[in-house]
Amino acid sequence: MSKYETVIGLEVHVELQTKSKIFCGCPTEFGAPPNTHTCPICLGHPGVLPVTNRQAVEFAIKAALALNCEISRETKFDRKNYFYPDLPKAYQISQYDQPIGYNGWIDIEVNGETKRIGITRLHLEEDAGKLMHSEFGGESLVDFNRVGVPLLEIVSEPDIRSPEEARAYLEKLKAIIQYTGVSDVRMEQGSLRCDANVSIRPVGQKEFGTKTELKNMNSFRNVQLALEYEVQRQKEVLESGGKIVQETRRWDEGGRKTVSMRSKEEAHDYRYFPDPDLVRMQISEEWIEAVRASIPELPDARQARYVNQYGLSKEDAAVITMSKDMADFFDETVKTGADPKSAANWLMTDLLAYLNANDAALADVKLTPQGLGEMIKLIENGTISSKIAKTVFKEMLETGKEPKQIVEEKGLVQISDEGALRKIVVEVVNANPQAVADYKAGNSKAIAFFVGQVMKQTKGKANPPMVNKLLQEVLKEV
Amino acid sequence: MSLFDKRLTEIHSALRARELSVTDLVQASLASIRERDDKIKSVLLVDEEGALEQARKLDEQLVKKDKEPGLLFGLPAGLKDNIVTKGIRTTCASKFLANYDPIYDGTVSQKVKEADAVIVAKLNMDEFAMGGSNENSGFFPAKNPWNPEYVPGGSSGGSAAAMAARHFYFTLGSDTGGSIRQPAAFCGVVGLKPTYGRVSRFGLVAFASSLDQIGPITKNVEDAAYVLQAIAGHDPYDSTSADVEVPNFLEALTGDIKGLRIGVPKELIGEGIDPEVREAVLAALKQLESMGATWNEVSMPHTEYAVPAYYLLASSEASSNLARFDGVRYGVRADNADNLLDLYMESRSNGFGPEVKRRIMLGTYALSSGYYDAYYKKAQQVRTLIIQDFNNIFADYDVILHPTTPRTAFRIGEKTDDPVKMYLEDICTVPVNLAGLPAISVPCGFAQNGLPIGLQIIGRAFDEATILRVAHAYEQSAGYHLRKPEWVRG
Repeated sequence: MSKYETVIGLEVHVELQTKSKIFCGCPTEFGAPPNTHTCPICLGHPGVLPVTNRQAVEFAIKAALALNCEISRETKFDRKNYFYPDLPKAYQISQYDQPIGYNGWIDIEVNGETKRIGITRLHLEEDAGKLMHSEFGGESLVDFNRVGVPLLEIVSEPDIRSPEEARAYLEKLKAIIQYTGVSDVRMEQGSLRCDANVSIRPVGQKEFGTKTELKNMNSFRNVQLALEYEVQRQKEVLESGGKIVQETRRWDEGGRKTVSMRSKEEAHDYRYFPDPDLVRMQISEEWIEAVRASIPELPDARQARYVNQYGLSKEDAAVITMSKDMADFFDETVKTGADPKSAANWLMTDLLAYLNANDAALADVKLTPQGLGEMIKLIENGTISSKIAKTVFKEMLETGKEPKQIVEEKGLVQISDEGALRKIVVEVVNANPQAVADYKAGNSKAIAFFVGQVMKQTKGKANPPMVNKLLQEVLKEV
Repeated sequence: MSLFDKRLTEIHSALRARELSVTDLVQASLASIRERDDKIKSVLLVDEEGALEQARKLDEQLVKKDKEPGLLFGLPAGLKDNIVTKGIRTTCASKFLANYDPIYDGTVSQKVKEADAVIVAKLNMDEFAMGGSNENSGFFPAKNPWNPEYVPGGSSGGSAAAMAARHFYFTLGSDTGGSIRQPAAFCGVVGLKPTYGRVSRFGLVAFASSLDQIGPITKNVEDAAYVLQAIAGHDPYDSTSADVEVPNFLEALTGDIKGLRIGVPKELIGEGIDPEVREAVLAALKQLESMGATWNEVSMPHTEYAVPAYYLLASSEASSNLARFDGVRYGVRADNADNLLDLYMESRSNGFGPEVKRRIMLGTYALSSGYYDAYYKKAQQVRTLIIQDFNNIFADYDVILHPTTPRTAFRIGEKTDDPVKMYLEDICTVPVNLAGLPAISVPCGFAQNGLPIGLQIIGRAFDEATILRVAHAYEQSAGYHLRKPEWVRG
């Protein structure tokens, strides 16, 4: 089965977070009641005209630069003509042959190796509305709130060779776009969408095989699953002597398979032509440079900085920089004077575990960088043990209280009073002669038993290194 | 004499002196429509209630003097029915939009209101502005006021016929390939197509976006200058509207054309032009010469390609512009559709008339994959050549002058069987739209059969002032604009 090579190209749509729509003044926020963010212009009433939102163009330039694209100095909008009830003008204003960005790339990492994936083009267009199929009878309803929300289409080169690479590409792309701040790239709200072109060819063959286009994948995981399914399906077709049909296929999440939507023969002729309602756009060198200067540090650069400056491992730095929120949080925590490695550990283990378990985002929890920094200091100065810190951390996530306050309220201060601890240790040792015997006989597990007993007595608050030291001393004396 | 034969300054003096009220003006307009429009069918909808209400407000304003009167204060106006008016049904003379009440005002409608004119009626036209005879109106054809057996021209035929009948003080039309100038010529009135970008297209139902332009149709050049003054200017809602200064067009009407250099393209004065029309235009040139102008024959070598290029580009844009009429959100929806495709096909089949369908098909074909280069792209290249033809002439001349139409108005039904023949009649007007230039048509005589002849004066981009000056000087010395059809005089 490995005699085939997989070839994948991805088409990603990203909604831009401009205040108003791309060709009218309506707001773009997600979640408003249907058809409340509309006006005669985005509803395509007779006689209306579009006027380009400069912010949308600027965001497109910003994203294009962050993806290492060249910028078209002169560009224009074209009309993509097709009929559908979610498209009020019956054409989408898009860009055909002069995309704002072209010839870009991003680096991805798969199995420890870095690979460069080319970006063919990045262009600006308007989003369509949303059809909703009524539960009552055979009607369809349409919500035009989304019509005219600015959208980037980012098309990769067919450089991707496996579903894993496709996923890595998407995650990197998402991170970069998120860092630039031009989109919130939330797949569940539709502000990031992905279609995939996939084909296979015998290893060594130069020409591409016949491709299929996959749609309707609503998570990165589903993109990977759909591609895995489709690659397997294509192999089976070829090996049973069949031919791949060029077509669009839909990912059926429930059925875990791809199903045919339409073949090439049914493909649209979009009759692109320059939109005569909009004037050609000039993008000056000054504008490009001003936008370039506004791009914040991107994931790759940040990752390298964490490795060089803080001594994080490459892998840890990659995890921390995957989302800008997390990386910003990390930076803020380190700024409070906290140890970077320690901060990274708390974020990657306890925080991520909590977020995953509760299906939450960093923005949803109440933990602050100051709080985390403070907590790390409390561990360092021996006020609390690492074990107790886990309790404190969870409390901070849920209440946002300062760690000192939590420690005080719950009486979590570590017992580091040698005299008091020695008393407890002696009691424990005296109460367990059998364990003492085991210890003397050389059973190393016995020491753990004594530690456990001391912790039980102190409700976990005993200073662990001190308990160890005292046990050694007391046992020697017995 | 009709109230609307008076000069604007006379009317405004009479209003100030309280010898006349805006209500009187609006009543005169309503009466003219009511009593006389049956003969020419120029009006699609009268907003009697709205117009009288507005007149009452303006009369009040005149008494209270709480607001400076607008430039077009109190003047009854008729708007071509492709100019969107909030709350006033706007049909584009199409059955498709027979029930469409706009939810917003176009920029020009707003400017007309801000200038204190009163919108009295919406006027007949070829459906979606496609046609040159008004026979393509989805409701009923308008007729020529000089002879109702003849067409009034198109597509702004209702606006030109209504003006010739003096239903209003002024009317507005739109011009994509001659749709203001040609009916103005056929009806013996003045029609001005401004430079592309001079007047906002926001709220003009698009036929061909790169060519469309709203302009006035009036009884004389002075009125055209007033109306242009009121509607011109940059509009943030129209990216193609030009951010250039709007000069004072009234001040341009000096009567002085000494030293004016006129270019007359041989392609549009010789073969193919009716001798009666040619003679009238040559006589006009002689008159202009006597006033101090000079003229020479020049050449526009790409003229013969203008009509095919125009029909490809205009139809291509139209095929896309008219796609929004799908029966989903507004307009008349077919009620017998079983599924989405049926809904589209039935609504569009029932809603559009044959000429509109023909152009949508032509444009769809021209833009199709595999044909784009041969048709749309080629036509754009021709457009560039035509612009160069004009530029070459304007290097040496101040204005270009030739007939507005090759012939006077034709009989209703005479050309309906042969669309291509009909299209070729646009030869004198479409090059101007392709180049985006301003042009005006003024009456320059009458044919033996009593039908008016139009003279076209074309200027450099954004130089409406010069063509208004020339047209005004000519009109004042020639006097053809004063003639009215017999029944209108009475």
